[in-house]
Amino acid sequence: MSTNDTSPIPGFDAREASKLFFRGGHTGWLGLKFSGQGDNWVELELPWRADLLGQDDREVLASGPIVSLMDMASGMSIWQTRRTFAPVATLDLRVDYQRPARERSAVWGRVECYRTTRSAAFVRGIAHDGDVDDPVAHVAGVFMTIAFDPRRVKQPIQSGEVPIKAGTDDA
Amino acid sequence: MPDSSKDLEEQQLDLPPYARALGIAITELEDGVPVLSVEFGQSVEGRPQHYHGGATAGLLENAGYAALRARLIADGREARLKPVNITVQYLSAGKACPSFAKGRITRLGRRNANITVEAWQDDRDRPIATAIMNILMA
Repeated sequence: MSTNDTSPIPGFDAREASKLFFRGGHTGWLGLKFSGQGDNWVELELPWRADLLGQDDREVLASGPIVSLMDMASGMSIWQTRRTFAPVATLDLRVDYQRPARERSAVWGRVECYRTTRSAAFVRGIAHDGDVDDPVAHVAGVFMTIAFDPRRVKQPIQSGEVPIKAGTDDA
Repeated sequence: MPDSSKDLEEQQLDLPPYARALGIAITELEDGVPVLSVEFGQSVEGRPQHYHGGATAGLLENAGYAALRARLIADGREARLKPVNITVQYLSAGKACPSFAKGRITRLGRRNANITVEAWQDDRDRPIATAIMNILMA
């Protein structure tokens, strides 16, 4: 465990986890970066990039990568809130776009997990391009926990679905 | 038949930069509606050997836009599309194989369109995700 851990959360640290999560795969390809965290929220940055545009003639990030940004920030806000990393599956994710992001601007996604139960987690958040009071989009989602599915106990755990418990869950 | 609809190759060029970067392509036209596909690879991978939910959403969203663009072209209409919202339902995990998606226009008005999209893998009758999109046209 890191000795200069600035997070109030002992078991999951979004800043540290980001180094691992964003090394490859879809989120690595997008270039997602850690931006901030709190007790029950995580903020990630989607840097502007020319090949992530929604239209050829406007230098504005497409809405697709913003969904990816919000999906990832949602999952991480759940781990942050639960203080542990256990796989979750997105059941439903809704994104309402208020306006296009500014040209050549990065977009930040800040998502809070406002409620967890044994089997579900509920999130809400905003995407913004620099000013949290003037969001680009609002998001709401519901996630299902994979680790707590009792039917899985008797099954061999599939590759990539190993429930990792980081640190001691002394909450 | 009037030359009102573009062929597959022409529509391919209309896919936005994000779709092309992710590896999304139009595989065929079904009654003029594009079927989009993406191969499994690093750019779409979430947890090992599975699609990231965001990548699946990207495929769905692009299929929705492609369906709308194809219809507008066929109708001889020109419009700038503005996304209003998208709601994605994830039905099962996207496995490490190609994914497909096709949109259906459930309502097309003068200023707005409501589109339902389905994504599937090897079994078209078992979609892995669906989406509903509202798009404004200016």
